[in-house]
Amino acid sequence: MIGESFKIALRALWANKLRTCLTMLGILIGVGAVIALLAIGQGATASVSERFSFLGTNVIYIRPGSQNTGGISAGGGSAPTLVYDDAELIAEPGAAPAVAAVAPVRQTFGQVVLQGANTLTRIVGTTPSWTDVRSFRVVRGEFFDNEAVEAVAAVAVIGDGVARNLFADEDPIGQTVRVNAGGQSVNIRIIGVLEKKGGTGFQNQDDQIVVPISLVLRKLQAARNATGAQQLSEIDVKAVDDKSIDAAVEQVTQIMTQAHKGAQDFQVVNLQDQIDAQKEASKTLTILLGAIAGISLVVGGIGIMNIMIVSVTERTREIGIRKAVGARRKDILMQFMMEAVVVSLLGGLLGVVSGVGMSEFAEGKQLNGQAITTVVEPSSIILAFTISAAIGLFFGIYPASRAARLNPIEALRYE
Amino acid sequence: MIELTGITKTYQMGDIEVHALQGVDLTIEDGEFVAIMGPSGSGKSTLMNMIGCLDVPTSGSYQLDGIEVAGMSDDALTIIRNRKLGFVFQSFNLLPRLSALEQVEVPLVYQQAPNRKARAKAALTRVGLGERTHHKPTELSGGQQQRVAIARALVTEPSLILADEPTGALDSRSTTEIIALFEELNAAGITVVFVTHEPEVAAHTKRQVHIRDGRVVVDTLRGINIQPSEEDQTTWRPRRDEATP
Repeated sequence: MIGESFKIALRALWANKLRTCLTMLGILIGVGAVIALLAIGQGATASVSERFSFLGTNVIYIRPGSQNTGGISAGGGSAPTLVYDDAELIAEPGAAPAVAAVAPVRQTFGQVVLQGANTLTRIVGTTPSWTDVRSFRVVRGEFFDNEAVEAVAAVAVIGDGVARNLFADEDPIGQTVRVNAGGQSVNIRIIGVLEKKGGTGFQNQDDQIVVPISLVLRKLQAARNATGAQQLSEIDVKAVDDKSIDAAVEQVTQIMTQAHKGAQDFQVVNLQDQIDAQKEASKTLTILLGAIAGISLVVGGIGIMNIMIVSVTERTREIGIRKAVGARRKDILMQFMMEAVVVSLLGGLLGVVSGVGMSEFAEGKQLNGQAITTVVEPSSIILAFTISAAIGLFFGIYPASRAARLNPIEALRYE
Repeated sequence: MIELTGITKTYQMGDIEVHALQGVDLTIEDGEFVAIMGPSGSGKSTLMNMIGCLDVPTSGSYQLDGIEVAGMSDDALTIIRNRKLGFVFQSFNLLPRLSALEQVEVPLVYQQAPNRKARAKAALTRVGLGERTHHKPTELSGGQQQRVAIARALVTEPSLILADEPTGALDSRSTTEIIALFEELNAAGITVVFVTHEPEVAAHTKRQVHIRDGRVVVDTLRGINIQPSEEDQTTWRPRRDEATP
């Protein structure tokens, strides 16, 4: 009987081609909009994750507190309160069980000179655990080891961008560059190249050279550390896993508070929190976009209902004839439901195609100076398709049951 | 067998109650050929719809082959219409857009019967339209359309065929052909009951039942003849020899 209802429905729809197409268009636009707008929203969520991924996962940062001079804050990170010993305390075995790795960082900017070529770049002084904390791989050569840190070895691992700028196609490994920073000048041998990570502006993770922290503290920045304290720019801490980030924050804060004798002259920044907040924001955006598109889908559904009511009225006599020769209520119900569902599913199918097409089209287009990324999730296709089928059923059931309940005599008399 | 006892039907038309049938008793045996006559508004079409299970009585009993039909549900009546009866309408009531063959198939579709095409084709051949199976209603003459409708009534092999003024919309030649077809079907053992205005058409039957104001006033088989009005006498000329076998 379903097969027969399907045939009858197709026939009726074919007989009113224009009407069918226009009704379908309503659903097509609705489903297309849902898919395209969800794709843009989910693209935004995905780009948030991507944008932060180079900073490593499960990472928290400890920064110096803000410096207050006569009540005027110089901003976070300005106070010279973070020292190398803080990092050692956190890294001490058993001190902070939720912490997997600790990397003290002292960074500065300097000029890297190779014969005629030179580039201004960020110089990161740290320890070997930095690669672990920041999830950096060395693609050529190797990273320096702890002996190099202790020996204040003049070695460096350079970012992909620096390698390109200075060496182009040449192999940088084993080459010596001159680094000018903080009024000092040091010859440094390159022993490795980091993987390419991307990022933009001053966050460009490929535009940096990484050296033993001792080299920065004792040679390049020696003059600025007149007090003898080994001040750090930040301490990067990696939690054991994503579930222990909060525990790590707590343990680190406790150790730091104790070490600093209660002074809150540092900040613990949970990057994951910020990523999550941004993701949350873009998810909200996705839901909002989806809801707006959903409204057009509902409007399309009302279009179906409207047309079905007209169709039932128009075909009252046909319904009467069918009932007279043996169509039960459920046969008539099925016939009209089938019509509604076929229209909405076909419209939904075309809507999926056009939605995916629109997403492809929007991909990479500029909006407010930002490139749009789109991600068409299979789940949003399934969602849109299910919703269109449900709309067919929901908006078809009233007209169809009206048809099914018609009295055959009255239906036959209908002119 | 049709057994109507004390059938009444009251319609509500606005504030007015219309008593279409006011106590009809009528029994029709298997294999009979009956014409139901009467002026417009007499209730004959209502009676026909009642016999055809398209309408339900307000009160009274209707037994079709010993089964009480009055008070049955919509769907139960539909199944009876589909299995036991064939109904032919004055305005043919064919479905638009379907070919003759598809029209005839419709009752079988709802029965989910096998061999639908072959059975529909056989029914069309029986009414003399074996060659026009692919024509749409708009491509057929009135007489041919009514034949398609009769084929549709026949295809389920019902024991009873009901027709509401089947020749009302036809020219005299088609009328003769359709009546001949009904006579043929009756000769094959099918009970045929039809409503007509035309005495010449009614004259072909073995029994005439005359309805007036919702009551049976003349039944040639039972010898009922209650106050026949002048109009009845002038418009109704039964052939006595056939009416009382």
